[in-house]
Formats: sequence, structure tokens, C-alpha cells
Amino acid sequence: MGNCRVKQSRRKFIKAAAAAGGLLATGIVNPFNAVIFATERPEDPTKPWWGYGIDIEKCIGCGRCANACKLENDVPKEPFYFRTWVEQYTIKNDGSVKVESPNGGINGFKQTVPEADIFKAFFVPKMCNHCHKSPCVQACPVGATYDSPDGVVLVDESYCIGCRYCVQACPYGCRYIHPEKNVVDKCTLCYHRISKGKTTACVEVCPTHARILGDLNDQEGELYSFMKNHNCLVLKPHLNTGSKLYYNALSAEVR
Amino acid sequence: MEQHYQYLYEMLSQVQGFIYPNELDLQWGLLIVLYPYITGLVAGAFILASLERVFNVKVLKPTYELALLTALAFLLVATMPLVSHLGHPLRAYEILSTPHSTSAMAIFGFVYLWYLMVVLLLEIWFDYRRDMVIWARQEKGFKARIYKILTLGVNDISPKTVKWDDKIGYFITVVGIPSAFLLHGYVGFIFGSIKANPWWSTVMMPVIFLFSAMVSGIALVLFIYMAVSYIRKQKIDMKALDTIAKYLFYILILDFTLEGLDQIHRIYEAEESFEILSLLVHGPLFLTFFIFQIFLGTIIPLIVLGILQFYKPREFTRRVIYLVSSLLVLLGIFFMRWNVVIGGQLFSKSFYGFTDYKIRIAGSEGLLWSMAWIIIPFIILAFLLWLLPPWKKVPAEPA
Repeated sequence: MGNCRVKQSRRKFIKAAAAAGGLLATGIVNPFNAVIFATERPEDPTKPWWGYGIDIEKCIGCGRCANACKLENDVPKEPFYFRTWVEQYTIKNDGSVKVESPNGGINGFKQTVPEADIFKAFFVPKMCNHCHKSPCVQACPVGATYDSPDGVVLVDESYCIGCRYCVQACPYGCRYIHPEKNVVDKCTLCYHRISKGKTTACVEVCPTHARILGDLNDQEGELYSFMKNHNCLVLKPHLNTGSKLYYNALSAEVR
Repeated sequence: MEQHYQYLYEMLSQVQGFIYPNELDLQWGLLIVLYPYITGLVAGAFILASLERVFNVKVLKPTYELALLTALAFLLVATMPLVSHLGHPLRAYEILSTPHSTSAMAIFGFVYLWYLMVVLLLEIWFDYRRDMVIWARQEKGFKARIYKILTLGVNDISPKTVKWDDKIGYFITVVGIPSAFLLHGYVGFIFGSIKANPWWSTVMMPVIFLFSAMVSGIALVLFIYMAVSYIRKQKIDMKALDTIAKYLFYILILDFTLEGLDQIHRIYEAEESFEILSLLVHGPLFLTFFIFQIFLGTIIPLIVLGILQFYKPREFTRRVIYLVSSLLVLLGIFFMRWNVVIGGQLFSKSFYGFTDYKIRIAGSEGLLWSMAWIIIPFIILAFLLWLLPPWKKVPAEPA
């Protein structure tokens, strides 16, 4: 019996060692991606791969970003169409959560909850997450929505048939049907600006520098160090969309 | 457009809690409720027809052609609500010319065409070819010419050829059953594969859609068979009617069980979305979910049809019961589609609130057009029954 037991434990050890060695070997060949890069990086690391950072601690809810976006991108003025907007979260002492975004925050916010009842309150700017594994791109029946090589989710409006399937597929509510063009519309990350070396309209007008546009391939870049120095999270990580919009100080109540 | 803005401003006051600002404009309205409803009727009617053909349920013979023509009449209209709902209907061909391989919606055109061209039209053609040849000789003038064109010049009605017609027809039906499953299971997948929406995203969705399709299609044929017999002042074949009602009862049990399983699973797992979905069914969907879909559309027909399996009242009473049950089931399945399509868009993906939906009367998305898409198939069916009356089919000589 004793003999047998030794043999079995040896066998177990060899098995475990082999498994660990195997894991290590595959780990070296194909390193596990850290959480901050919820997605794999594109093949060509010399070209930009756009990502975005939002520092909730810095956002003051002025709504200038949402306004600038509407002006820059000819987004309809009505309060049902936004490429970016700001939400005000108020968590009360009783644990209930109040969320508001009147006119996307363009006209600013008023706190209606008495100060004594507030546990904490903060603003969350929202926009397209430019997901690497975007459900909207997956769902588009004709391929009118696509990933650009530099990691921006765009729409070909001369090709979109207006079926609205992508609007249903986006978990973040970032798409709308343009009431005049009858095609889907969304944040382009100001592609017309960033491809000329400028930054996006929302980043440009933010007075507190709560918004950061950056190249995820640039290890010297601002976004990279923002993600290194803060505990960043993405929205709805369980949906595995490969979001490239990273929030600092994201509270669990935010959805 | 101004009208649309006005509508949205009105809706703005109906919002409960918080929704993402872009969510106010509900994307899929009544027309998209009709789409799975109509395709479901098609698939269900076809499956009932194939019961006679493939599974040899001979007692259903009086409804075989009727079920096929019903399926065709509704299939011809099935894409219309979809196309007219598009922002750019004239670009609809892009789905066929450049389908996107990862999209669940992209292959609908192909599934549809396969079903229309390969399954339904072929099966009906092989089934009627011999009769059309005979009718072309009997009739005069315009009608005779139509039959001649429809035979496609294949005028051989020797017993050997007719036997081949039958064999090919049988083969097509065998192919047709999985195709009908594909057609409607696939429609369920369009909704079930949207992971962003917890009300839709369930692996059960294609199965539930399939069984509810069978239920609604069988109820429709039951209703149409009674209506057509009434209009033609013909005696109803009660054996056929009893059998259809029996199948309706059994498949309704399956359908109810599957949907119940889905809901129990949701309730027991009680994931992140549970609270908002619970508020959804007890609030905005209460009437359409608990009253129309479950109580009127499922439980009442189940009880009544269930009693009839043990106790057989007079023929007239049974006919009334079948009529009422079939209409209730059709209503219930309509609201099942409503609850899926509209219900899935009423709650915010932030899970913090609800938007509202009001049916508009006029406009291509309105009530009037939607009713037209339900009535037009009946007009097509009336035409098909005039052109290809199942009751005038000439019985084949015994081989």
C-alpha cells in the first residue's frame, strides 16, 4: 500500500509539474493580456490605436463637451440625440440611486436632493466606447458599421439601410437614428479632426481635463500613463465588448 | 419630422426613472411586432401541412392544401413590414448583395427566399400541377391561360409522371420541415443573440419562437378552415377539426412549458437585470403579458381544449369552442411578439427606468398600415383559393 501511495504522489507531482510547465510555456509564447487592455492590440503597434479615458473625479458636469459635440458634428439640437452626454449620479443615504441627464447635461445640472440626504454624488460623461469587439459592428447586416484600422467604430452613412439592429445591439445607448438622414449616427471620435493631428471637440473644451484621447500603442502617451496611475474600469465588462473607454473612479452604480 | 419631434417631446414626459437620452426614441414599433408574428404563422401553417404529408396523419387531408396556401399568402407579405420600416427601403437589396457574415439579420433574405422559392412554391406547384393541366383544359379564356402558364408547359399527366410529382412533393416536404424550423428559429435568434438586452438574450428564444410559431400557425389554419367552410356553406369535417385542435392543445402545452421554464430560470437566477424586468412585467407589460398573453392567450385555451380531450360535447358547441380558442391563441401569440419586441425596448439598458410607446394611427409605422399588413394576406389567400381551390382538385385515379 505504502509503495503504491508513493508512486501515486509521484505521478501526481509529475502531472502537476507538466501542467504548470505547459502553462508557463504557452504564457511566454502568448502572454495573457492585462485587464487594462481588455482587448488585444492591433498587429501594427507603430500606428495609433485610439482609446479614451474619462476621469470621473475631475468632471464638474458643466456639459460643455456635449454641447461642443453637437456643434462640431451637426448632431440634431433636440434632446433625444446625443453622441456624448453627461449623467449625474446621486447616491442617497438610504442606498437609492438617482440618475439624471436633462438635455444630456448641456444646460448644466441642478442638485434636487437635499444635501443632508446625499451619500455621494458625481458626474459620468458617456459616449461610444469604441469597442474592439463591438456588438454593433457584429450585428450590422450590411457591414455599414465597421472598425477603422486605428480602432474607431464608424458608420458609412451612404450604405446604412436604417434597420436599427445596431441600436439594439449597443449596450451603452450610444447610437441614434438621425432624424433627417434616416441612417444611424454615433460618435466618430471626431475622426475628421484626429486624423489631422487635432484632438476631439469634447476633449478640447473640457475645462478640467477630465477627458483624455490617446493612442493605446503609445507607451509614452497621456492615456497610457492615465491608465497606469489610476484604477480604471470599463462599463459592463461582463458583456465582453472590448471597450476602449476607460473610467477612473467608476462607481459600481454606474451602468 | 416636426411631428416626430412633437411625439418625442410628448414621450419625454412619460419617462419613468432614468433612460439613456438616445433611448427615448423607441426603434422597433408595431411593424416589427408583425414581422415575427407573420413569419410564425407561415412556419406553423406549413408544419401543420407537413403533418399530413410526412407523418401521414390522413385525417388532416381536408386542410393540407389550405394550410399550404395560407402559408404562402402570409409569406408573400412577411417582408413588407420589415422593408417599409427601414430608414432607406431602397437600399434593402444590400442585405442580399453584400451580407455581413457576422450579423444574425443578414441571412434573413436567404432564409426567406429559400423558403419561398424552394419549399413553398415548389411544393404547391408539384401538388397542383396535374390539376392545373386538367383545369387548363376545362376552363375557358383568361383563367385557362393562367393555368397554362402556371403549368410551365409540363402537361404530362400520365400516372407515372403524377407519381413522380407526388414523390418529389414528399421530398420537398421533408426538406421543408427543417426549413420551417430554420425560418422561425432563426427569427428568434435575431432577438436572442442581442447580449445587450437581457429580456431578449436567452438561448431559449429560438425554441420559444418556434413553438409559439407552431401554435399560432395551427390556430390560424383551424380558424381559416372553419371560416372557409362557413363561407362555402360546406359541412366541416369534424374529425379533421378535432385532430387539429388536439395538436394545438399538445403544442400549446409544450410552448407554455418552455416559456415557463425560461421565466422560472430568470426568476431563480435573478441576475443584475432582474429588478428592472420584474418591474417591466408588473408595470408597463402587465396587461399584455399577464392578461393577454398568459391568461387569455394560453391558460383559457389550454383549459378549454384540455377538457375537450376527455369530454366531447355536441358538434356545434365544439365548433364554437374551437373558434374562440383559435382566436384567443392568435391574440395571445400576437401579444407574445408584442411583449418581446416592444417590451424589450421599454426598459433602459441602464436598468434605471422606462420609456413609453404609443401606437400612432397614421403613417407607415401606424396602426392603419399595420392592420393592412394583416388583412392583405387574407385577400391574397382568397385569390389563391379562387385560383387553386383545394376542393376542386381532381382525385387521382387509383394506380
